[in-house]
Amino acid sequence: MIVMMVAGGKEQEEIEKELAMAEEYIPLTYAEYEEGLSRGKLLGLRCLSCGKITCHPMPVCQWCGSRTMERVELSGEGELLTFTVIRVAPEGFEAPYIPCLVRAIEGPILIGRLELAQGDKEASQALIGKRVKMSGTYTHEGDKFSGGAHLCPVFKIMER
Amino acid sequence: MRDVAIIGVGHTKFGRATRSSLELFSEAALQAMDDAGVTGKEIEALFQGAALPGFEEGQVMTAAFSAAELNLGPIPATRYEGACASASVAIRDAAMWVASGGFDIVLAGGVEKALTMGTAFATRTFAMSCHSPTEGPVGLTFPGVFAMAARRYAVEYNIPLEDLREKMAYVSIKNHRHGALNPLAQFYKKMGDLKVEDVVNARLVADPLTLLDCCPFSDGAAAIVLCAAEEARRYTDDPVYILGTGQASGCALSKMEDLTKPVSRVQSSRMAFKQAGLEPKDIDILEIHDCFTIAELIALECMGFFGWGEAAAATAEGETEIGGKIPTNMSGGLIGKGHPIGATGASQVYWIVKQMRGDAAKGNQVDPVPEYGMTDTLGGDFGTLCHLILGRSRNRSRR
Repeated sequence: MIVMMVAGGKEQEEIEKELAMAEEYIPLTYAEYEEGLSRGKLLGLRCLSCGKITCHPMPVCQWCGSRTMERVELSGEGELLTFTVIRVAPEGFEAPYIPCLVRAIEGPILIGRLELAQGDKEASQALIGKRVKMSGTYTHEGDKFSGGAHLCPVFKIMER
Repeated sequence: MRDVAIIGVGHTKFGRATRSSLELFSEAALQAMDDAGVTGKEIEALFQGAALPGFEEGQVMTAAFSAAELNLGPIPATRYEGACASASVAIRDAAMWVASGGFDIVLAGGVEKALTMGTAFATRTFAMSCHSPTEGPVGLTFPGVFAMAARRYAVEYNIPLEDLREKMAYVSIKNHRHGALNPLAQFYKKMGDLKVEDVVNARLVADPLTLLDCCPFSDGAAAIVLCAAEEARRYTDDPVYILGTGQASGCALSKMEDLTKPVSRVQSSRMAFKQAGLEPKDIDILEIHDCFTIAELIALECMGFFGWGEAAAATAEGETEIGGKIPTNMSGGLIGKGHPIGATGASQVYWIVKQMRGDAAKGNQVDPVPEYGMTDTLGGDFGTLCHLILGRSRNRSRR
């Protein structure tokens, strides 16, 4: 007669519970962040330890590493830190277009695209330091390497 | 931990290769093994940098197949991927394994066939070492990253952008001058006499960087043989010792507080200096990661060879040429020599070793031969940084 030896072990329900808790380690997913962008909302996280804002989302505060953060909506306003005009595009993109870095008034730096009324003709060094505001999004339809379509914020120079 | 020596080096011609990656790496590896006078039976492990082989030839797990091609036996063979710093992190880990006593003799290096992919697909795959979730949809490219850094550099140090572009041009002029003298370089006998106007008026790739501010896509391989320092003189009269190594990691571009002072580059170089017990003033020659002209300036400052904002003017004044404060990229660097990304770190080490043996090409050789040399390799947009400090003697004490 074969006797199966069972030496303890953990209940499946317990393991499932641990899994559900681990999923909460990500307080704002990229998918939720992009879904926010698609509705014109710039979502981020406010740290309950240091008070600073993390955006794009991370599982821990980008400033102090704390894991207690709450979701917030950023204004989308900031200062243009730098930009470039891409003249030679990767496969799947059409030049010219203008990537930029923006220092949000809430603190973090954001990456996105800059939209200029005159296009790349208007792209001069004098733009750096100007006030910008998120005006919409750009959707890259994606290719076989990108895991589907993805969005980024688009910024516009604010009228003075 | 034991001291580690480089006892053999090998390097293919950089440029467009008709041979496969496996053949390119074998060519560099066999040259390095012959240079060291070691047989395949003596090699205990292989550490190989290769960034994008899956996209180039539909081949991953390249290290295992390289070991097999070389008939090294069923030794551990590992592929390292740190984008353009792949070979440097492979060499650093190889040195760690030998230092720890885990192995006595190992082969390290790297290979890439990027030119094979063509510009549009190569640009797409290179951009995969940007932060995909946020930089992917933007369509950011590496020239784009460094173009944004150049604009910040102009702002931070209050230099009119056109003045900065002219100063950056001197990096390209210098590196092409030396690349044109290097028979293994992609641009051997080409563009050895560029003028500032040639660089600033070339086709724009990402404003304000022109084609001549950028390194090319390249195919090529380089390899080295490392062994425990106490055994080195059994193999060669000219061992070169690895005195210090550093490695650091960056982040998404938007989490970097200052593109002109990347923390990863500062941290990695400091780690290497600390381990070597040396300072920038002790170093006689540099091979640094000039993927773009502005990148060479940022590297020189992060590593402590010039103060913040001072490398641009110093380069224009010839301080990074032979006879200047610190000869930099006398091989031609990435701009003049070519940049097969997975091989670049090993190529940098190759050329420092050649300099230390007095065997660099005429016009590129520093005289007297350098006592201490250093490499700087950057992967991605400051995502992986690696520094290696090499010396002709095991003596780490300052001169």
